[in-house]
Amino acid sequence: MTIDIGCGDNLGVSPNEMFSFVPYGPQRNWIMPRTLLPEPAKESCWPDTSGRFGPFGGRYVPETLMAALEQLQQEYSAAIADRAFEQQLRQLWGDFVGRPSPLYFAQRLTEHCGGAEIWFKREDLNHTGSHKINNTLGQALLTLRMGKRRVIAETGAGQHGVATATACGHFGLECVVYMGAEDIRRQQPNVRAMKLLGAEVRAVESGSRTLRDAINEALRDWMSSVESTHYIIGSVVGPHPFPRIVRDFQSVIGHEAIEQSLQRWGNLPDAVLACVGGGSNAAGMFYPFVARTDVELIGVEAGGAGDQRGLHAATLSHGQPGVLHGSLSYVLQDDDGQTSNVHSISAGLDYPGVGPEHSLWKSIGRVRYLAAGDNDALAAFDLMARLEGILPALETSHAIAAACHEARQRPSHQRLLVVLSGRGEKDAAEIVRLRGGED
Amino acid sequence: MPLIDEEFRKLRADGRKLLIPFFVAGDPDLDTTVALLTAVGRAGIRLAEIGFPYSDPIADGPTIQAAYTRALQCGLRVRDVLAAAASLHDAASPVGMVSYALVYRHGIDEWVGQAADAGLVGLIVPDLPSEEAATLDARCRQCGLSLVQLIAPTTSPDRARRILEHASGFVYYVSVAGVTGERTALPPELPERLAALREWTDLPICVGFGVRDTAHARALAPHVDGVIIGSALVKRMELARQRGSTLDQLVCEVVDFCCGLQAALNESSYPSKFS
Repeated sequence: MTIDIGCGDNLGVSPNEMFSFVPYGPQRNWIMPRTLLPEPAKESCWPDTSGRFGPFGGRYVPETLMAALEQLQQEYSAAIADRAFEQQLRQLWGDFVGRPSPLYFAQRLTEHCGGAEIWFKREDLNHTGSHKINNTLGQALLTLRMGKRRVIAETGAGQHGVATATACGHFGLECVVYMGAEDIRRQQPNVRAMKLLGAEVRAVESGSRTLRDAINEALRDWMSSVESTHYIIGSVVGPHPFPRIVRDFQSVIGHEAIEQSLQRWGNLPDAVLACVGGGSNAAGMFYPFVARTDVELIGVEAGGAGDQRGLHAATLSHGQPGVLHGSLSYVLQDDDGQTSNVHSISAGLDYPGVGPEHSLWKSIGRVRYLAAGDNDALAAFDLMARLEGILPALETSHAIAAACHEARQRPSHQRLLVVLSGRGEKDAAEIVRLRGGED
Repeated sequence: MPLIDEEFRKLRADGRKLLIPFFVAGDPDLDTTVALLTAVGRAGIRLAEIGFPYSDPIADGPTIQAAYTRALQCGLRVRDVLAAAASLHDAASPVGMVSYALVYRHGIDEWVGQAADAGLVGLIVPDLPSEEAATLDARCRQCGLSLVQLIAPTTSPDRARRILEHASGFVYYVSVAGVTGERTALPPELPERLAALREWTDLPICVGFGVRDTAHARALAPHVDGVIIGSALVKRMELARQRGSTLDQLVCEVVDFCCGLQAALNESSYPSKFS
């Protein structure tokens, strides 16, 4: 596919403004000097006004939802032009979430792998234990601005569900989370947390009873509740403007990482890695780096149990452009257009679609996408536990597996930076069960 | 003149209304679908929607989702549905209800060309808003198909007018904000909304989503050119099958139900209360 790299209108916001929105320094309200920011590049200008990232993205939803998407787009444009909104969000990110998240050198893991240094951006240390809270607080503020009092969300691993329930608890919003019945089984700790935070967790029994079906059910709820309800999507997927909004809120990860790298090393990392399901932590990390073409970007999908259809969830590695959940992007489907069943040990990566911006980055060759399998992820989980004293989420473990592999191929003066997107306590019981053991 | 336009022209000349039944293709098999389209056609029903089963139908409630799932579990393919449509004689003319995911995967040119060859007279693509529809619309016009546009209760007047500029065939007014499925009551503001639409377009207006029985049809009749009945019909068929009905019994029940609705539409020519 050939793509014309143009530069869209971006909801009336210039690329410079977009970059200045998210940077966040160690001192609250300290704005990063422009000189340290990447030059706005054409690749960073997406989406255009129709929500396209190159040929990908757009809006493929029933007419009933169009008014709400227009409203959200207008509210978001107004919000990012509003200094008070930015300050409120920064304050929450600082005092409530605990940002900036640290940069951490994994010395023993590095020694074990032998090769390039492995560093982590510690999103697992955020309040609620993952990067998801960066986005849910932003979208909860948008919910309040739109005068809505009810929030719905989908969740796979439960990280986004917990982060949404937390934001709703914080602001006193009603919260309903749709979760596949299979995911409810394998992510019990997060289900309990959501309920304790006052959210209603609705089990989705249709289809494969995982993340994809949870998104279907959330969209159906939104069809009838759209006037009073905001749908806080948890990843960079769905119809415009969701992929852009979620990316912008999550790009605090990448902006901090650039600043921390420059402070710590006087330089940027040689390669940056993140796991990709829908792709929100990866999009948040990669986006500010996209214009820095000297930094290699690597997305790691779920290779599951094998390359055959149905055994993996590696959408960009094995899929084709198609339509799912409101946008045009790579998707795993059969040649009739029916969505394929997918498999991953990790509930958060167990999804047959991917964000449209990742599809663009793949097709222009800016990001390299690999797959790590179930067993690779489990092995990486064990290494992290025993060498670093960190239980990473199974989603994150896929990126760690790829990082270990990459480190071995590279000289010791290189640095790899990996998003440690979430913590793994939620997965402990499922891992024990899979190994046939007892607690 | 495209067939849909021709049908509505004749109906309007006679002062009659159109009942448009919705059938899920391949539920439980394509022989049944063909038998139903033929039987209702012979009973005087001019247009019918056939739903192409799709794995992730976000605009559909549990009844139609379940029917789609049943059909897909039997391995139904798009080409099978089109072959069944091509085999129809003396039947209700089929309008395809299809997700854009299926059309996109096959390619717009190819999909629409095959649909036209199979005798489909129009397409309804519920997940393709008018902003994204230009290419498909052009191809449909080229092949003599009407691309039916939907308008929802959440559609603003300005937006409705923009959508109507490109609409053809008929306007599908979605009676309630929500997914497909029977509702006990239709929204009281519906006549007002339909009256506003009439101001902006000369196209026939048909109402769907939520319609369940003759009372609804009677109440809607004065305000519309046609009524679409979907989930209520699919549910009825499912119940009949659970009772062990034969194909003949099923067809009789569907024809009776549709004829009852058609009669209710025809008999009512003055506004009545919504309930």
